[in-house]
Amino acid sequence: MEKKWEEMSADEKQEELFQRWLSPEGVEFVSPEAEKSYKDRITRIKDAIQLKKLPDRVPVIPNVGFFPAFYAGITPQEAMYDYDNLNTAWKKYALDFQPDAHIGCFVPGPGRLFEILDYKLYAWPGHGASPYHTYQCLEGEYMKADEYDSFILDPTGFFERTYLPRIFHTLEPLKMLAPLPNIIELPFTGGNLVPYGLPEVQTAIKALMEAGSEALKWVEVLVAHDKEMAAAGYPNFFGGAAKAPFDYLADTLRGTRGMMLDLYRQPDKIIKALDVITPFMVGMGVSMAKMNGNPVVFIPLHKGADGFMSDQQFKTFYWPSFRKLLMGLIDEGCIPYSFVEGGYNSRLEVIKDLPKGKAIWSFDLTDMKRAKEIVGDASCISGNIPITLLNVGTEAEVRDYAKKLIDTAGRDGGYIMNSGAVIDEAKPENVKAMIDFTKEYGMYK
Amino acid sequence: MSGKLVTLLSDLKEPEALAFVEKALGEGVDPLDLLGQAREAMKIVGQRFASSEYFIPDLVFSGVILKRIVEMLEPHIKKGQEAERLGKVIIGTVAGDIHDIGKDLVVFMLDVNGFEVLDLGIDVPIQKFVDTIKETGATVVGLSGFLTLSFQSMKDTVDTIEKAGLRNTVKIMIGGGQIDEQVRGFTGADAYGKDAMAAVQLAKGWIGG
Repeated sequence: MEKKWEEMSADEKQEELFQRWLSPEGVEFVSPEAEKSYKDRITRIKDAIQLKKLPDRVPVIPNVGFFPAFYAGITPQEAMYDYDNLNTAWKKYALDFQPDAHIGCFVPGPGRLFEILDYKLYAWPGHGASPYHTYQCLEGEYMKADEYDSFILDPTGFFERTYLPRIFHTLEPLKMLAPLPNIIELPFTGGNLVPYGLPEVQTAIKALMEAGSEALKWVEVLVAHDKEMAAAGYPNFFGGAAKAPFDYLADTLRGTRGMMLDLYRQPDKIIKALDVITPFMVGMGVSMAKMNGNPVVFIPLHKGADGFMSDQQFKTFYWPSFRKLLMGLIDEGCIPYSFVEGGYNSRLEVIKDLPKGKAIWSFDLTDMKRAKEIVGDASCISGNIPITLLNVGTEAEVRDYAKKLIDTAGRDGGYIMNSGAVIDEAKPENVKAMIDFTKEYGMYK
Repeated sequence: MSGKLVTLLSDLKEPEALAFVEKALGEGVDPLDLLGQAREAMKIVGQRFASSEYFIPDLVFSGVILKRIVEMLEPHIKKGQEAERLGKVIIGTVAGDIHDIGKDLVVFMLDVNGFEVLDLGIDVPIQKFVDTIKETGATVVGLSGFLTLSFQSMKDTVDTIEKAGLRNTVKIMIGGGQIDEQVRGFTGADAYGKDAMAAVQLAKGWIGG
């Protein structure tokens, strides 16, 4: 009899998710060759991650942002608003460049949804940013310095009545809602439901429903895209996503500057808030990975990079909750794929502390020779092709750099070729050179 | 110059530093002496940052404490008593990019190191740099950018300064997120700096001080 999920070990759960990834539900491969390529690609990635068996060659998985749009000749604005164009452009990228995995076409997001909710957290094409540029985060203290206690006491209520009304202007009336736990016993129920009868609250809820319909329309395109790509032999690399608890707080709640001051003025509150956030992030990563049948959980890392805090601050504020997240994912069979923007040279000795063959670290401005020596025994490493090289360098320079990477980071497996930072306006011939050279030179004998 | 405020501020002791300034002002200590001590402290903060003893949060926090001290001192300082400035530096985040944290740190460190900084803000139209060079006669321009789209904006800005016939009158430095020597070459800037103190060193090298 098959074991229930709850009874499986972490290794068995990981294997189960790999098996589901290898045999995607509802996908009919276009040819036996496509099916073989699909399975070979995932096996190559699996071998690079698990560090048990040498893969046949170095896998190459570029972390593309809006690159497929620029390459296919559509604007970032079109990618956000015209889902057919989005699908076509991202498909063209995968089929023309043939990476070992694509990452789906979720990055641009549903533009109209942000209009419906009057989103304040980002500037996006046509709304504070040029149609020809990508979206950008508008940093701010969307959670104020004196709101930690309120967040820690009830994060869901804080999001519903404080945070969401600030980042979505249309949802401002939600701040009038009563806390849900107040709805108890008959005599107290009516009063607590009064806010839902207010016209402005009803308008906000209707907008939320409209935004939901838009999200559904968009996600149907994403799912169809993934199926079509899988049928052609290209797996989606990402099973789910999560954020490091410190970044969760620093990126879009307190803001970079606010968070830096909190490190000195209210360090204890930070620690308490991180404890509250961590289980939410484990839950998000695990549920997405299980739903999608793919163990890889993408975690973009920001505020723990070299220079952004001292070693002591990293060990005190960043790593403990982040490690809890990583272990929470690993225990549920997931493979955290930490995409480390900036440098991590001062953090390598700390982050090496993970069980073997369970995680990927994609580095940007980190010394890959040292990363291989220090982290490479436990985890698969990735990345490091400079984004500057892809944007303004030459094909020959890209190949030279990739050769050095394969010779050092790629030695004995455990490496996935990738750029250091997200690829947007790169020269297509340079991205092609990175991929083709890896396929040619990255073979393991 | 040495004094208790130098130690308190350079060690980032916020409540202690503010209490000290309040007490000293009450006792009739010369506010210019206190301002001098604050400047001295910021030099130490800069040195500690350059030697990797301090990091970005320390710089940001020192800036906040300094601002509060200056606000306390300002009502006591007569106009015209401020120290003379070394030279003018124009700073801005280039067109299309709205990131300001790195740019603000550069502005702050140039300011505390004695430069007159003309901060043009974020998403600065190219022509604005050209106009400001003409209006102010500044000899150093700093272009900031975090996103990769800024590489092209920086190049366009340098090219436009060149076309306006001003390229020989200014030194141009670039910095931010991914900026490296490769991008410097692409943009035609004179130098790139990896952080705020590097910008101070570059400006000092060109202007003196």
